[in-house]
Amino acid sequence: MTILDVKSDFPILDQTINGHQLVYLDSAATAQKPQVVIDAVNDYYKFDNANVHRGVHTLGQRATDAYEGARETVTKFINAKQSKEIIFTRGTTESINIVARSYGDAFITAGDEIVLTEMEHHSNLIPWQQVAKRTGATLKFIPLEADGTMTMTAVKQTVTEKTKLVAITHVSNVLGTINPIKDITAHAHDMGAVVVVDGAQAVPHMAVDVQDLDCDFYAFSGHKMGAPTGIGVLYGKEKLLNQMDPVDYGGEMIDFVSLTDATWKELPWKFEGGTPIIAGAVGLASAIGYLQSIGFDKITAHEQALTDYAIKELKKIDGIDIYGPDKRCGLVTFNLTDVHPHDTATVLDSFGVAVRAGHHCCQPLMKWLKVTATARASFYVYNTFEDVDLFIDGLKQAKEFFGDVF
Amino acid sequence: MSFNNLDTLYRQVIMDHYKNPRNKGTLEDGLTLEMNNPTCGDRIQLHFIIEGDTVTNAKFEGEGCSISLASASMMTQVVKGKSVEQALKLSQYFSDMMLGKETDSDGLELGDIEALQGVQKFPARIKCATLAWKAMEKAIEQEDEA
Repeated sequence: MTILDVKSDFPILDQTINGHQLVYLDSAATAQKPQVVIDAVNDYYKFDNANVHRGVHTLGQRATDAYEGARETVTKFINAKQSKEIIFTRGTTESINIVARSYGDAFITAGDEIVLTEMEHHSNLIPWQQVAKRTGATLKFIPLEADGTMTMTAVKQTVTEKTKLVAITHVSNVLGTINPIKDITAHAHDMGAVVVVDGAQAVPHMAVDVQDLDCDFYAFSGHKMGAPTGIGVLYGKEKLLNQMDPVDYGGEMIDFVSLTDATWKELPWKFEGGTPIIAGAVGLASAIGYLQSIGFDKITAHEQALTDYAIKELKKIDGIDIYGPDKRCGLVTFNLTDVHPHDTATVLDSFGVAVRAGHHCCQPLMKWLKVTATARASFYVYNTFEDVDLFIDGLKQAKEFFGDVF
Repeated sequence: MSFNNLDTLYRQVIMDHYKNPRNKGTLEDGLTLEMNNPTCGDRIQLHFIIEGDTVTNAKFEGEGCSISLASASMMTQVVKGKSVEQALKLSQYFSDMMLGKETDSDGLELGDIEALQGVQKFPARIKCATLAWKAMEKAIEQEDEA
């Protein structure tokens, strides 16, 4: 039962690779773009392009309306209380780095604890390592269960009154684990800590409500949900954002400037130094509109059905290791016994099937899994059951091929 | 693409080096150099003994795909007993071969390394094949500085 049938909305998918129909199963790295998003960006440049928040001419007003309109769209999309809590960035990495630089350096001091998990993407690990080095704070990690989930007992043991900040991924890009952000946030707040959530792998796949989660900061990228690369979002609670200094200084973010001093604009603009990513924001708003027209309940159900089917079929192949919990979000990470994931991915590519192979920007998690690398197939709105079948066929070919050569 | 194309990449001799690596292990003396491919996690540890002008022994350990480990096996096999100059020339030859440039094998004993020629058709895998060679060049550089 295919729930969604939207492949034809994505022109890139209509091509052959190495003589085979392209099967794109690397959406957790970056998603393909629907024609409506490509058109929205194209039309913006064709009809409305100008710089924002300056000048009085008509194009300038149109560009400003498009950019600030995108902010309103994002505000409603993640149910932020107000649009001043939405800061446009280049992506999740920049969003987290703003919090690390601006909030971390100012409010974390020697002896404080920063709590992370062992499943963090490098983008939610390295910025905190650097904060710890600059401030003298200590890093602590919530331990994982064998299946790659975490218990609230482990959370409560790790997040204590010494904890100043918890930085955690909403969904693991390797295991697909969906973390209990709402419960973790409630406990962290009891301990007086602020919570930063890496939502890069969650926002494209499920309805996210930042007020319901009650987290203090939430970061995500546009490119994993059909928007262009180079646009992302940092959500932050107004009270905290107001206490923080800008990270990028220069044009666009200033209020009054003298030769020796300056004051900043109000939120959110004080964090958006320089000409912003206008076309990216337009593309992001379009992608949000596209996904909402499908409906997130359907998107989640569709990906769940594909993932369950893929796991069921994978388990029929002898010598497959599958990593991660039963309940997971839109991806499956695996290894074929005695075949390195690079080799698996090369064979799959020769059959037109694109999967990721490597450490997925999670070197500590690879160590935890006791592997050096894995292969990963990740699903999105445009994938079909036939895609899964072609992927499984390709894997069987890989197994046969390497079985033959050994 | 059929298996025929894959066969140009995964030739029998490559699979043999992958399954039965030559010179796998460590050396007590000499220099050790670790290098990884940060984009994919392949890692190689190279052990080299250079006496005078000659690479008298070479061993490796590592984790990686068939191409990176077969290449390490072939590299250690071919440079062992060669002069440092010859080893560097072989490395240049290998690099040129990967980039599809004109190669000059004049006076070079190539061993099995030509079996990796098919990698040039798989650009994403060139870094796998060159990892051991880059480690070797770096080891020689360090020896020079010492």
